[in-house]
Amino acid sequence: MCRIGAIKSTEYIHPSWALRLMRSQQKGHDNSGFAMVMQDLGGVFEGYKKYPILSMACTEQGMKIAEDMLYSIGFSRIGQWNPEIRPAAGLNIEPMPMYVFQLFHYPKHLRSASDREKEDLLMDTRIKLRRELEKTGDGFVYSFWPDTMTLKEIGDPTDIGTYFNLWEESKDFTAKVITAQCRQNTNYDIVRYAAHPFFLQGYTALANGENTFYEKNKHFQQGLNRGYIGFESDSQCFLYTLHYIHRELGWPLEYYKHTATPLPFDEIEKRADRDVLLRIRSSLAHLEINGPNTIIGVLPDGTMFTLCDSKKLRPVVVGRTDTMVAISSEVNGINEILPNRDWKQDIYPHERETVVINNDLEVLRWQQ
Amino acid sequence: MATMRVNAIARDDLQWRIVYKHDRCTMCGRCLASCPFGSITAGVEKRRKVISDHLTPQPKVLFQSVPVIRQVINHQDACRGCGICEKVCPNEAIAPMLNPHGRLAIKYRSATADGYKRGGRSNLNPTGSTLDKIVIGRISQMTDPSLDAQRHTFDMLSPLGRVLPPQGLGLELKDGKLITSRPMPPMNWMYPIIIGDMSIGALSTRMWEALAIATAYLNEEVGLPVRMCTGEGGVPGPLLRSRFVRYMILQIASGHFGWNRIVNNMAHMQDDPAGVLIKIGQGAKPGDGGMLQAKKVARHIQEIRGVPKADLLSPPNHQGLYSIEESVQKMFLSLNAAFKFRVPVAIKVAASVTSVSVYNNLLRDPYNIVGGFFIDGISGGTGAAQDISLDHTGHPIVSKLRDCYLAAVHQGKQGQIPLWAGGGMGQAGNLAADAFKMICLGANGIFTGKLMLQIAGCVGQDNGKCNACNTGLCPVGICTQNPVLVKRLDIDKVAENVVNYFIATDQELKKLMAPIGNSTLPVGRSDALITTDRAIADKLNIPYAC
Ligand code: SF4
Ligand code: SF4
Repeated sequence: MCRIGAIKSTEYIHPSWALRLMRSQQKGHDNSGFAMVMQDLGGVFEGYKKYPILSMACTEQGMKIAEDMLYSIGFSRIGQWNPEIRPAAGLNIEPMPMYVFQLFHYPKHLRSASDREKEDLLMDTRIKLRRELEKTGDGFVYSFWPDTMTLKEIGDPTDIGTYFNLWEESKDFTAKVITAQCRQNTNYDIVRYAAHPFFLQGYTALANGENTFYEKNKHFQQGLNRGYIGFESDSQCFLYTLHYIHRELGWPLEYYKHTATPLPFDEIEKRADRDVLLRIRSSLAHLEINGPNTIIGVLPDGTMFTLCDSKKLRPVVVGRTDTMVAISSEVNGINEILPNRDWKQDIYPHERETVVINNDLEVLRWQQ
Repeated sequence: MATMRVNAIARDDLQWRIVYKHDRCTMCGRCLASCPFGSITAGVEKRRKVISDHLTPQPKVLFQSVPVIRQVINHQDACRGCGICEKVCPNEAIAPMLNPHGRLAIKYRSATADGYKRGGRSNLNPTGSTLDKIVIGRISQMTDPSLDAQRHTFDMLSPLGRVLPPQGLGLELKDGKLITSRPMPPMNWMYPIIIGDMSIGALSTRMWEALAIATAYLNEEVGLPVRMCTGEGGVPGPLLRSRFVRYMILQIASGHFGWNRIVNNMAHMQDDPAGVLIKIGQGAKPGDGGMLQAKKVARHIQEIRGVPKADLLSPPNHQGLYSIEESVQKMFLSLNAAFKFRVPVAIKVAASVTSVSVYNNLLRDPYNIVGGFFIDGISGGTGAAQDISLDHTGHPIVSKLRDCYLAAVHQGKQGQIPLWAGGGMGQAGNLAADAFKMICLGANGIFTGKLMLQIAGCVGQDNGKCNACNTGLCPVGICTQNPVLVKRLDIDKVAENVVNYFIATDQELKKLMAPIGNSTLPVGRSDALITTDRAIADKLNIPYAC
């Protein structure tokens, strides 16, 4: 099983919070990996929120391939941050030679382009890079997006934390939104790309569960957007559906739940918006998710949410203080980082609910 | 020495031979009265008996004339093996027996210079169908827990109607909510198993009525929204004008039989039908068209169909529809318009190597007007047709359904024209299993006809037993208009059996959805299936297991 967690905070926090949140659930995963996405960055990146950051793990050769490609497209590097690698004997980790977190300036001709154009360029560049690096196995590109950093590693989460010196809090490396997963993919080979969270154009999704409609989701998504690639994990489908509903179709977030786990027909029949719901159900039948899962997602504007499958077959809990909301597969994760919270305010979302945390840290409970 | 007439038909040529036990027979005459084909007759035989009525043997030869039941030996009245005589005989004195040496069809052709006709369906798969070689192999375990068929709820409806792609939906945002901003093609949701199109006329009125009653009961009492397709022979006016019409899919086929009645009733209809199905072709005996002999065109059939008493042969093609484009313009548009664009209009074609082209073409139709694609495979059909068409024309349905689905996937248009497939569904007796497997292969739903007849008490089977649907003399009153035979059918019992079968099927469908952990229909979930047949795995693109 994997365990997932997410933290949204009004203050910048260090990833050690996410590590602690996840490590406390150690009995629930197999220690074969740790991955996280940090958004709304503080520390060294705080002053550069508009500029895309490349998150990549690679060999030296891979670094060179990437640099050549980025420069040929017109990107120019304006900064970088390197994790303080602390190799030690006996660490259970399969590290890559290099970890790259580099900040870029957009190509000159695009500096006054629309956001949409820039966003598409970033996605296309990431895909191109990924394809190129895949040919020789010289690297993995996780994200190329402003104000976003991604780290994925195979090994024991505690050791991974030690290796990257993530246990030691530092003001250089912080964010207000951190999503994280322990345990790599159950269904397929343990590959770096298969680790959650998945990220695309500002959208992040991670899941604890099994997508039994994976094949039909995938068949449908492959044709929807050139960015919907990979599919190393059945959970990637959850991200693409989120991206498709919210960004491509421009529908409000509440329709993600209506698409992924539609209401039963007899309940739809009783609703005033039945026509809309039935159309969505017919048109997007292949994006439905059936099977046990809990999904945590983050929208480009920083809104965080969580929802469950229609049978509530996977656990999730949301706990909060005045400055922080944490979502976790198991409550002991939240107990670990927020021991003094009012636990009576904890929310165990049910199967027809979307719990949304907005940027004012309000926790909203939307009923489907 | 008697002349031996080798070319005359003999007992040994018949497909069924009557085994008659003279010593058990009490000459009650029930078999004679019940054999609809006149295949047996009463006769007298001269018997030689040796008796002795002394204490010591004193044999005496006695000649007696005894009444007997005899088989009629000619090609018109040949025994069909229906077994009715056996059923009614109180003394187990008579029964038909399959004659492995039978050659009736050859004799028939050489005697009449005409094709041999029969009912039933093709005998293509005597060794088991493709679907029987597929099993549901992906069983949920710890990571993806299976559901509990009894405890969990399942949501099983399929669409009939053109499904628009999401960008094409007439939706717009208002105050953060989606609202419908313009009309969209009509869409009806129904149970994924439809009672297939069998016309009133081909079926006895009582049989058709029993199916209609079962359909209404399933909807109104059981809560299963099963729809029934009328077949092309028209619909009784009172049904058209009743609210029950909402459970019916009205069919128009190449003969257009019964459509004037439907059109005349439109103004008085209080509800819309569930759909309109344009039948281009049917899966069993494609190219032969329906074949309703004058003797089945009873007075009430004449009225419903609006025809005189004559042989009614549905032409195998729609005169005037020679291209998909033309079909779209003429037929679909006019039928949509007829019901003011409120009723989905679908098309039914015979499975064929070309069905994928037709489906592709319809998917690209810019009018979004075709609301369903029904493909009909070789193994279905009530069938009154030429033997040669039944046995040697048609196309298996499973791979064709799969081809159509994958063609849609290739274009990213899966689901836009719902796929419904039939032809041998429930052939092995289990409709739920067949439906489930077809849905996993990409069908939105299936339709079934032949099985309904079996449930109603059809005595025929694939080995040529009965198969007399073409004669108008169906021994159990299912496909005949003969007033005496029709009375053999107990309408209420048939309706009850059909309802019960559907209730059982619904439970069984859930029993198949539960282990794969799905609470909604697994359309296209071919990863749930496996087959131990390499060729089937390759052709259908499903996992191979051994
Ligand atoms: S089996 Fe049927 S057809 Fe043959 S004699 Fe008996 S009743 Fe007649
Ligand atoms: S039904 Fe049986 S007992 Fe009666 S006449 Fe026929 S064979 Fe004889």
